[in-house]
Amino acid sequence: MGNYSLSQGNHKSVAMIFFRTAIYVILIITAIYFLIPLLIMIFTSLKSMDDIRTGNLISLPREISFDAWKSAWDSSCIGVTCEGIKGYFWNSMKITVPAVLISTFIGAANGYVFSKWKFRGSEVLFSILLLGCFIPFQIILLPMAKMLGTIGLAQTIQGLILVHIIYGLAFTTLFFRNFYVTIPQDLVNAAKIDGAGFFRIFFKIMLPVSIPIFVVCIIWQTTQIWNDFLFGVVFSSGETQPVTVALNNLVNTSTGVKKYNVDMAAAIIAALPTLAVYIIAGKYFLRGLTAGSVKG
Amino acid sequence: MKLQSPGNFRNTTSYISDRLLPKLVLAPTFVSTILFVYSFILWTAWISFTKSKMLPRYELEGLVQYIKLFANDRWWVASKNLLIFGSLFITICTILGLLLAIFLDQKIRIEGALRTIFLYPMALSFIVTGTVWKWILNPSHGVEKLMQDMGFSSFHFDWLVNSDMAIYTVVIAGVWQSTGFVMALFLAGLRGIDDSIIKAAQIDGASLPRIYTRIIIPSLRPVFFSTVMILSHIAIKSFDLVVALTGGGPGYSSDVPATFMYSFAFTRGRLGMGAASSMVMFGAVLAIIIPYLYSELRSRDNG
Repeated sequence: MGNYSLSQGNHKSVAMIFFRTAIYVILIITAIYFLIPLLIMIFTSLKSMDDIRTGNLISLPREISFDAWKSAWDSSCIGVTCEGIKGYFWNSMKITVPAVLISTFIGAANGYVFSKWKFRGSEVLFSILLLGCFIPFQIILLPMAKMLGTIGLAQTIQGLILVHIIYGLAFTTLFFRNFYVTIPQDLVNAAKIDGAGFFRIFFKIMLPVSIPIFVVCIIWQTTQIWNDFLFGVVFSSGETQPVTVALNNLVNTSTGVKKYNVDMAAAIIAALPTLAVYIIAGKYFLRGLTAGSVKG
Repeated sequence: MKLQSPGNFRNTTSYISDRLLPKLVLAPTFVSTILFVYSFILWTAWISFTKSKMLPRYELEGLVQYIKLFANDRWWVASKNLLIFGSLFITICTILGLLLAIFLDQKIRIEGALRTIFLYPMALSFIVTGTVWKWILNPSHGVEKLMQDMGFSSFHFDWLVNSDMAIYTVVIAGVWQSTGFVMALFLAGLRGIDDSIIKAAQIDGASLPRIYTRIIIPSLRPVFFSTVMILSHIAIKSFDLVVALTGGGPGYSSDVPATFMYSFAFTRGRLGMGAASSMVMFGAVLAIIIPYLYSELRSRDNG
């Protein structure tokens, strides 16, 4: 846009200056509102329980203490064990890394076929696949639980990896297909005439230009899988649970005195990986969100 | 491809492999989709017509589960909550998101920083969001205490444990999490508007508020449409946020269909009822996405 805005006008009147100030004030107040929960989380996690009882939500910690963090990481009680959330954090890593990589690579190959090697019926196939982006997962929970039991992967990390790959494929395929459609078909045709085959074109021509979409897709999948709760709570138990399920169990444990500082420290730990991804690669994160949902 | 005869440019083997390989690559995804999406939906549909309790049974018994479901008070509470949550969540997110996008589009100096702040909640898990808001809204240590410390000694805020109000706390947390995302969608839409139309309107002497209400906002119609679709999709699927924030309580006063389904299928051992409730959810999602997909495909065909 650029050439018009509320501030624009041939006469820079007092009203306009007032208007712009008002916009800044509103935006900054909203920003503070969005930031407050994060600050409260950090403050609370650094307080002692005494400090929490005597102070209030936004009071600064009187003394900064990392005890809650230590306890959240390796000694707070979740279920019957009291070893903190560290084990569950690593579970989430063990689930997220392979599931993201595998679903992304399959998605890339699928997207390549759907855009550059169309055959009779491939469009229909693509539409059939797309439904997977939309179904409420409640509808597949029961049969999936039964099937994981049948193949011996019930309540295992491998089972969760498999589930995340299967239900991530629709999205990863969509990402790559929409990206590869923008690459000129002439490039592929020329390579075919030069004698390059299916895989050669994929590895030598398509992959080298796909880095941006790989980043978008990996970030999207990482966020989805790391933050998943539904699959985690249904398909895992005890020691194989991901960190989101452990966090929820920790917070809702009813035995003993509620340790809000430990809850908050654990929540930050559970949020750190995706938050870090967002801060490092925010631009790609946004692109994934809009591509994944507007087009999906 | 039709023009080139095999063997002219490449040998016959690679011609065949180039026709076969694409299908081979798609085969695993195709098989898994048919198995894990379509046949699983059919399986769930089948179970919803049986009297399955703890274990699946396959004798069809007609609509008995649906009849029980629609006679179940808890299901109606869950559906009503979804309606309350969904409509408030969608309306508030859309209005706030649009306003923020319009404000941010006024050549704001710190736009980048503000955008980052508005959007970071989208990177969090709903479980984390639920945990934080549960603490903020805590009836004895949270906002209530803060306001009392600030001098409003009679301030009371107990929505989290009040069965009439608990579902509204889910709205508060959900709006906090998703508004930034809606803002990003609208901001992208605003940046995509053709300048020349607006310039023409300005030359004709149209005032800015008029340009916004008459030209800019109407031209964002497709963005409104996809925003509402996406948000209703999030709302119908919402499970984690309710679990983390209220646990569906007090009692089952803040249950939604997703938590209802989980509880009947996995903790109460009522498979048939769980399956029937997930079929109803599926129907609701289809009712939303079919028009959406239809319009998406039509707009793609047109341009």
